[in-house]
Amino acid sequence: MKKKSAELLITPEKASIIEMPKAMHRRNFLVQLGFGASAAAFLAACKKDDDNNNKPDDAIDLGSGDPGILNYAYALEQLEAAFYTQVISSPFSGITASETALLTDIRDHEIAHREFFKTALGSAAIPALTPNFSSINFGDRSSVLGAAKTFEDLGVAAYNGAGKLIQSEDYLLLAGKIVSVEARHAAYIRDLISNGSFADNTAVDANGLDKALPPSEVLMAASGFLTSKIYGGNLPTA
Amino acid sequence: MNINNIITEIEKIDPEVYDRMDSRRTAMKGFAKLGAKLALTAVPLALGGLFKKSYGQATTSIVDVLNYALTLEYLESEFYTMGYAAAGLIPAGPAQGAIMTIRDHEVAHVAALKATIAALNGTAVDKPDFDFTAGGAFANVFTNYDTFLAVAQAFEDTGVRAYKGQAAKLISNNDVLTAALQIHSVEARHASHIRQMRQARNTGVTNKPWITGKDTGGIGAAVQPVYNGEEITTQANINIAGFSGISANAASEAFDEPLTMEAVLDIVTPFLA
Repeated sequence: MKKKSAELLITPEKASIIEMPKAMHRRNFLVQLGFGASAAAFLAACKKDDDNNNKPDDAIDLGSGDPGILNYAYALEQLEAAFYTQVISSPFSGITASETALLTDIRDHEIAHREFFKTALGSAAIPALTPNFSSINFGDRSSVLGAAKTFEDLGVAAYNGAGKLIQSEDYLLLAGKIVSVEARHAAYIRDLISNGSFADNTAVDANGLDKALPPSEVLMAASGFLTSKIYGGNLPTA
Repeated sequence: MNINNIITEIEKIDPEVYDRMDSRRTAMKGFAKLGAKLALTAVPLALGGLFKKSYGQATTSIVDVLNYALTLEYLESEFYTMGYAAAGLIPAGPAQGAIMTIRDHEVAHVAALKATIAALNGTAVDKPDFDFTAGGAFANVFTNYDTFLAVAQAFEDTGVRAYKGQAAKLISNNDVLTAALQIHSVEARHASHIRQMRQARNTGVTNKPWITGKDTGGIGAAVQPVYNGEEITTQANINIAGFSGISANAASEAFDEPLTMEAVLDIVTPFLA
């Protein structure tokens, strides 16, 4: 357990810096992610899972402790790598040379992250996941960039939220090395959609803080892009 | 710059500077000796060495880390505030909008860090006086848009590395750690956009939203320390460039690297008035 002395704890009333975006209710978050009308269905499905501490038989268990968090990151990187691999192999109509070059870079970064986690986890690694990108029209620029924005913003929020769950200083640093690259991606993708939206108020709050989300919410959002079922019930929560 | 001014500046940034060293007297003696031996231009270097001794300890407290972050945010917020206000510097339209967005974030970071330090019963350091020309190295920083963007890029990329370097020191306090991470990724968003703004200037130098090797993106030697160490392609003893299809460039870009407090102070010291 991490040491946490009570007098060092700041309360949200005292310090604005640690105030989690209170407006980030699940529904709003899902709507922001573009789930729209299906948000309610997702919530219903997830609520059922919350009440059930047992892993569904067909779900992949991420595990517990730091290896669990690494598997959590590995799962997200698998998703991103698969997405950008398809973006590059079947480019959207009207893609520019610059976009091709930089989206290829992003694909390579995500593959590097994925392979890094796979190697670091060794025998503890979860299996390869099967993505489900049926909601994305890979021929359409706005569909692809919209999905890319969802993945990148979600990745940033996931790493930001996972930092406090990591026990090892080395793994914390590694997560830090990756999250800022995801944030660079997120800003680039957002600017492709609308120049100047790299850090607008849908990404960054009035205190100048990016989002941080717990694994439960991130996994719920990611589940819409996965055929594989992931179980995060054994992950650390604090 | 003279020794007394430097001492005063450090004292502003770190009121406990003398506790870190033995006493003001010893500190002054040390400086006097240095001053006698070194030309004034070498003083920032010597200062870096002194910081290294005083701050290189493992016992840096959370408030110390927050005050360090606050100093960097003071630097950024004043830089963007002055740049945004400089007549004719930033082209109207998207560029002004972006700089305003970034300025507002940095101002908010200053306020948030001060509030957090106060909540931890710490004392926030005062804002130092800055010289954004870095003693003349960037003489036209507030009259030449390209110079302004170059310094902005250096500050943002430094900020990303600086926060990353302190994360482990915050591991005992989940709330502060999370908030620091939330600032850290915003700085990376800024860095990405500033780098795109520079790329859009069509200066003939490729400058991606991410850092390739230890490339300065055409800014040059003046900011090389901001990028040194970014070129590594091995993480946790795993050779990233050894993965199928991953070039050394991609392997370096895929991971941003931390900077120690002393390396950051070495970078920032020329910008202290």
